[in-house]
Amino acid sequence: MKRLILSLALALGLVPPALMFGRVPPAMAAEPLVADLSKHLVAITTGFAGTDVLLFGAVEGDGEVVVVVRGPNREEMVRRKDKQAGIWINSGAAHIRNAPSFYAVASTKPIDKLAPTPVLERHQIGLDHLDLEIDSTDAAADPGQYRDAVIRLKQKKGLYGTETLPVSLLSHRLFRTDLHFPANVPVGTYLVEVYLIHDGEVVSAQTTPLIISKIGIGADVYDFANQQAVAYGILAIVLAASAGWLAAIAFKK
Amino acid sequence: MQIYLPIAEMSVNVFLILGLGSGVGFMSGLFGVGGGFLMTPLLIFLGIPPAVSVGTEAAQIVASSVSGVLAHWRRGNVDIKMGLILTVGGFIGSFGGVELFKWLRQAGQIDLVIALCYVVFLGIVGGLMFIESVQSLFKKPKSEAEMKAAKVAGWKEKLPFQVHFARSDLHCSVILPLALGLLVGVLAAIMGVGGGFIMVPAMIYILGMPTTVVVGTSLFQIIFVTANSTFLHATRNHTVDVVLALLLLLGGVIGAQIGAKMSVRLKGEQLRVLLAVIVLGVCIKLGIDLVSVPGDLFTLGAGGKH
Repeated sequence: MKRLILSLALALGLVPPALMFGRVPPAMAAEPLVADLSKHLVAITTGFAGTDVLLFGAVEGDGEVVVVVRGPNREEMVRRKDKQAGIWINSGAAHIRNAPSFYAVASTKPIDKLAPTPVLERHQIGLDHLDLEIDSTDAAADPGQYRDAVIRLKQKKGLYGTETLPVSLLSHRLFRTDLHFPANVPVGTYLVEVYLIHDGEVVSAQTTPLIISKIGIGADVYDFANQQAVAYGILAIVLAASAGWLAAIAFKK
Repeated sequence: MQIYLPIAEMSVNVFLILGLGSGVGFMSGLFGVGGGFLMTPLLIFLGIPPAVSVGTEAAQIVASSVSGVLAHWRRGNVDIKMGLILTVGGFIGSFGGVELFKWLRQAGQIDLVIALCYVVFLGIVGGLMFIESVQSLFKKPKSEAEMKAAKVAGWKEKLPFQVHFARSDLHCSVILPLALGLLVGVLAAIMGVGGGFIMVPAMIYILGMPTTVVVGTSLFQIIFVTANSTFLHATRNHTVDVVLALLLLLGGVIGAQIGAKMSVRLKGEQLRVLLAVIVLGVCIKLGIDLVSVPGDLFTLGAGGKH
């Protein structure tokens, strides 16, 4: 539970966004951009089947709003199959060291019309501009193929957005968008970055953390299985054996 | 109704898993087999990670074997001495199998090895079963099995450590059941099966045990060997999902009872032809998957947990 309290503290904004985001212009009297989430904690409970989180906020002045949701980075392993002796065998592999476990973009306008590529690359806005470090040991395929593959496979799992989601802007001041998280969403501390872009430049930005965490029986089972594997293993056997024994007795007549 | 599986880290439909459990349970009740060879590929097909499918299925087989062995135990159809020797071999085998599993998983070849094991062993067992049961459907004589037993009898007697098994009324070297247990233990750990489909024919044709004690003794040793692989998968790989196992169990128990009642109405030979067709069907499906061009040449690797 300590982990949860820590997560909550982070979610409630005890960590200043500026620490996480060095490029933010110094705070002014009138914030050009404020945003918040409808909830800061997504609880993966036993009945979890995916959820929506509403992001809402207001902008001061002209510009377009871009929202980037990023799951914690993890190392991914992508393998490539090749036909050997008539069957398809994993023959090559690459590590992708800094792939976000979840990635989605929402924007008021198509992102490539908002800012030049260097700006998008600097902030890693859009799948094409993700900075993925591909460590390939496969001579038969180039890193670009692995890059495409990891994005494609993550999209197939619903963890990377296939398109830019809409952000609705009300009378050039209020904006909102629904962020969807599927049932297989990885746990961890997510960062929801909101950018205000005007004339091809980021004029303001704000980062809000979002915690996705397993809560309840599911979380307890997971922790138990990983922290006390021996007891968990024995329990699983006892549970299975007694269930089988009960079944035999119940149906004996 | 969706339920989140804490170890598999995905949510599944409760009724789908219950249905799957009872469907496979029905088959195992009908044919008197464990059903692991059907359940593990089906779980993988549903999108459960192969490692979690194998680990969880081991726990489910513990339950179905306990449930199944009790009836045989009451009738005295368990050769405990033979069962214990098979278990010793099986224990060593499952230790090796789980280590091999862990190593193959890191090397990225576990899916391939699981599929290859299935194709080879289901192919052999299903093929033999099919030929034999079709023959017995049309012909009466059953001399082939006796001939086979007679052929192997020669070299079997030359092996050292001959032991008498009172319940099976059989003289045999300890090496044979130890080796058999070991082989099946390795396969059980890798394939997520109990191994009854290999153990039962091997006991009849290689050890020469009477058919009355074969199923009970096989179930008896499967309990211990799959309990060991459940434990090892839980501690070494963290891949046993108790929530999934309980759901499968619940469906499986009900299905097995219905299946067992149905089996009384069908003839033994017909059942065996049917089982052989199912075994060969699974084998052919997995075989085709190995040789046909995959939908995507790239896959996200396993072992990226935590």
